[in-house]
Amino acid sequence: MKALFYPGCAMQRNARAYLDSLLAIRADIDLELEEVADWNCCGATEYMSVHRVPAHALIGRNLALAQRQAADTKLLTAGCSACYLNLAKTDTQMREDRKLEVTVNEALAAGDLHYDAGSLQVRHLLDVVCHDIGYAAVKEKVVKPLYGLKVAAYYGCQVVRPDYDDRWDSHEHPTAMDRLLAALGAEPVDWALKTQCCGGHMTVIGPDVAYGLIRRLVHGAAEAGADLVATLCPMCQLNLDAYQVEMNRHFHADYHLPVLYFTQLMGLAFGHKPADLGIGKEFVDAAPALAKIQVEAPPEAKAKRKRRHRPEDGLPMPRME
Amino acid sequence: MSTVSTPDAQQDRGGFLARVMAATPGDNRLNMCIQCGSCGGSCPSGPEMEHTPRRLFALIRAGESETVLRSNTPWFCVSCYYCTVRCPQNIHITDVMYTLKSMAIRAGLYRDPSPAGFSETFVDYVEKYGRSFELGLATRFNLRHHPLSLAGMAPLGLGMLKRGRMELTPHRIDGMDQLGAILDKAKELEAAA
Repeated sequence: MKALFYPGCAMQRNARAYLDSLLAIRADIDLELEEVADWNCCGATEYMSVHRVPAHALIGRNLALAQRQAADTKLLTAGCSACYLNLAKTDTQMREDRKLEVTVNEALAAGDLHYDAGSLQVRHLLDVVCHDIGYAAVKEKVVKPLYGLKVAAYYGCQVVRPDYDDRWDSHEHPTAMDRLLAALGAEPVDWALKTQCCGGHMTVIGPDVAYGLIRRLVHGAAEAGADLVATLCPMCQLNLDAYQVEMNRHFHADYHLPVLYFTQLMGLAFGHKPADLGIGKEFVDAAPALAKIQVEAPPEAKAKRKRRHRPEDGLPMPRME
Repeated sequence: MSTVSTPDAQQDRGGFLARVMAATPGDNRLNMCIQCGSCGGSCPSGPEMEHTPRRLFALIRAGESETVLRSNTPWFCVSCYYCTVRCPQNIHITDVMYTLKSMAIRAGLYRDPSPAGFSETFVDYVEKYGRSFELGLATRFNLRHHPLSLAGMAPLGLGMLKRGRMELTPHRIDGMDQLGAILDKAKELEAAA
């Protein structure tokens, strides 16, 4: 199947592993992606907090560009929760609020663009994989089942809420990713925090609040016996992975729970090489967890430090060996 | 589509409720609050808020605009939408928080400039390049608002660079002039509304 694709800023760099793994598996699941040409940032949750109408116009430009490209598909997909929600929000609110539709289109006209609200189907990547491609088609492609790997499916907030188009079975305890993981041969763990907040931008503006939220999630997944967490959003990945290190320091804790994208786990089950899936870019090393399924992760990039040459005529030093 | 609910003049002192509702797109139903408190009970940062969303909505209805726009509540909203899906009255609570943030910036009433500063720095990069720029955002925001924390953030930044997870220079989109014209027009329309 074919979809227009909005990668979003994070996938270009910070979440490169998400993009790389998606590109690696797209042929396996017969997903053709056409990138929206010259897309701009979606504004995350920040633009909306400063300027309301311009925030919708900013997102409107992406929708208008996508509509122009939408010759043989109406499906527009994004992998990042915030990007997905922003695209869906502007589309929905323009549909529901005639005044907003007129205003946004007046602004877009300044750039010779126009968007007909409701003309695209905005969907998150997980939604497309689980509900359009389907678990059976995914299972068919599995050559290296993830048997024995216990995974906490983590959905975060903005994909399952507010859920304008009723895409999910639950806003608080969804099961789509759990079923996907089961199709890959992994064992999804039962845990209560799968749609709790990762801290969002609080890691920057109010770290103490964020560290509390991160600890709760990491502790919850570890307590449920998870070897790793599977995520669907660059922000969730960044907060749970990179900030897990900071959180450990803050609370004098010692958690080591790796956080991978669901597309990376799909890639492993489909037999791709870990390096092609961006495995090794995570802060919390996934290698020990992946060793359980006989996957050898590429060694973490370590700064090469040359051992300093010790002159023979130096002062006598005790030898350690 | 349901009919848009409008506030009842009797329970909206000073018209503040009507202003907040008008600035929030769609049928946001803010005037339908029954003060049940599901919002505050669902909020991951509720304990840090000066007013729970429920109290904030009572203040809006009472016309206490200055207290509302000075409150840290909207700035601690993490946009998780738990309150929105749990609200028995279907109030678009998260969207109302966005409205309050932009009203507070415009009125110059927020006390802690840090969260708003983060949003504004983010917006600056988007308006200049059309894309966000993590390295610039983190350094500029921290330099201005938390200079002492920069040293503490260094290991994280270096870790990002080492793993190839951070860009050193921002990416500029081709249609920057077009985007600029759209955003200028949108700001003009917002100011006129």
